[in-house]
Amino acid sequence: MLARLSNYLYRHPTVLLLMLLGPPLLYMLGFYVAPLAVLLVNSFYRLDDFTGQVVREVSLQQYATLLQGANLDIFGRTALMAFVVTLACVVLAFPLAYYIARHAGPRTKAALYLSVLLPLWSSYLVKVYAWKLLLSQEGIVNWVFEKLGLQGVLTALLAVPGIGGPSLSISNIGIFIAFVYTWLPYMILPMQAALERVPNSLLEASGDLGARPAETFRTVTLPLIIPGVVAGSIFTFSLTLGDFVIPAILGNSSFYIGQAVLTFQGSSGNVPLAAAFTVVPIVIMILYLIGAKRVGAFDAL
Amino acid sequence: MSAPATSTAVRFQTVSRRFGAGEALVRAVDEVSFDIFDGEFFTMLGPSGSGKTTCLRMVAGFDQPTSGTIFLHGHDVSQLPPYERDVNTVFQDYALFPHMTVGENVGYGLMIKRVARAEREQRIKEALELVQLVGLDKRRPSQLSGGQRQRVALARALINRPRVLLLDEPLGALDLKLRQQVQVELKAIQRRLGITFVYVTHDQEEALTMSDRIAVFNRGRIEQIGPPEELYEQPATAFVAGFIGVSNLLSGEAAQAVSGSTHTITIRPEKISLSAPSIVPSANDAHISTRGRVADKIYLGMYSRYVVALDHGGELTVVEQNRGSGAPMPHPVFKPGDEVALTWSREHMREVL
Repeated sequence: MLARLSNYLYRHPTVLLLMLLGPPLLYMLGFYVAPLAVLLVNSFYRLDDFTGQVVREVSLQQYATLLQGANLDIFGRTALMAFVVTLACVVLAFPLAYYIARHAGPRTKAALYLSVLLPLWSSYLVKVYAWKLLLSQEGIVNWVFEKLGLQGVLTALLAVPGIGGPSLSISNIGIFIAFVYTWLPYMILPMQAALERVPNSLLEASGDLGARPAETFRTVTLPLIIPGVVAGSIFTFSLTLGDFVIPAILGNSSFYIGQAVLTFQGSSGNVPLAAAFTVVPIVIMILYLIGAKRVGAFDAL
Repeated sequence: MSAPATSTAVRFQTVSRRFGAGEALVRAVDEVSFDIFDGEFFTMLGPSGSGKTTCLRMVAGFDQPTSGTIFLHGHDVSQLPPYERDVNTVFQDYALFPHMTVGENVGYGLMIKRVARAEREQRIKEALELVQLVGLDKRRPSQLSGGQRQRVALARALINRPRVLLLDEPLGALDLKLRQQVQVELKAIQRRLGITFVYVTHDQEEALTMSDRIAVFNRGRIEQIGPPEELYEQPATAFVAGFIGVSNLLSGEAAQAVSGSTHTITIRPEKISLSAPSIVPSANDAHISTRGRVADKIYLGMYSRYVVALDHGGELTVVEQNRGSGAPMPHPVFKPGDEVALTWSREHMREVL
């Protein structure tokens, strides 16, 4: 019986493929694609101001609301934060990824790999609250600045409108630090994988043809690891776009997209507006990927 | 120390390259000295781990000698980085840049040297003509066959007009037919351009086909340097005799009984004649004769290979052309188990270490 089944599957690989792929595909369809479609449809409905009920009439009212000044501020703030966080992750991740991929011996490599992955094992909330304590007025960061006699620098930094606040733990600087810390592993790993895929002989060939190390880096290494950087930046960028916990814990009254969605669908029950808000990061990500493809980020894949 | 002659392209002067230390010390290259002359096709031949590739990498600058000096056209380059040496390399895996087109790959060296665009385009065209790849400059390396990639790698190295071209087993990944064709082309290109080629291979046939001179490497040392004919006809060591051509060695009592020599002797298979024992020629000063029994015969089309067990002990391989019994000078045909007489000229026999 079992032998007949395996014979049948051997002769009909399509059936086997369907059996293997079917369940996960159905899952994806049911729990990702369908809700996204529902979300998109909802964004075209509107809320009756009087009854508080969702009116199922197609209109662009929610998208008009999105274009109001305060909402545009939220998109701008969130996108800028996502961009700056991504940039910082790239800059911070590169040296470590490069060292792991090209220089570290097997033991050092394992140790570094573990130390990159380890923070991912602990609770995200715990980490964010840990930053809240570290960055607070009574926290260690403040204390170090004080002991170094740099209290003035910190005060000046916090006084800058837009990024400052009453303390590091209630400021955009604090949000930035927590985001970079939390998403950094997602940048290091794909970058390191990309660096490891660059064969040594390519770097030798470049040197052999007269290129100094800096030129080799610019013309060979960098173009070849761009797909890895883009992969990592998709993580850091999209995770920052959608996050509502870090801004809620470390932020002040200025909202990020995630918080806005939470507020509209939760406390005010305005599901159509929340849905329209959610469409924005999706559109931003699609534009980002198209842009990355345009500049040839995936050519070396 | 006298300055190297101007006709010397590359000079190794007691060069060593050691890896590791203590128990794990590896002498990849062990106090090697030799000269490569300007304009010659020089091959470094040896089994893997014999030090030939390490020597090539030290000429290219990817590796530095632990001790000793390497001269390029009379200048000490031992500690110079690759980008300051007037040599170019064709890599074993070709090392083409996957994110660049064929044209960009070939023109890479010129781009780095800031050669003006017009001249660059012209030289890329010439280089692609030289390796017969005209019209493929817009393709990506991934769209090319193995043989075409190999040519792109060659064009990319030659476009810089190096005085010495290094080739690291460049034909290893190609199939036999293509390899033989490229061997002929490589040799033709080398003659035409007059550049010194330093070629690394473990394939003795390839080495014999193309080289002006061959250095046979074994365990980090050079066993013998010379033209292909000299290495084949007059091998200096048992290793060279065995690595180039078929190993036919007699040693100890068998060697003494057959030839009167107290050393190990070697004789090439095609230098031995087989005949029926009844018509064995008498041994004299010029010839050596001995008897044996055919242990094995392999028919190989153009010729047959006999393995003959000698009555005095030891085995010799003998090659006889398959001329057929009707030919004007027929070769006798034997089968396993037949008694045979073996005769060869004393001058073809070599004593080796």
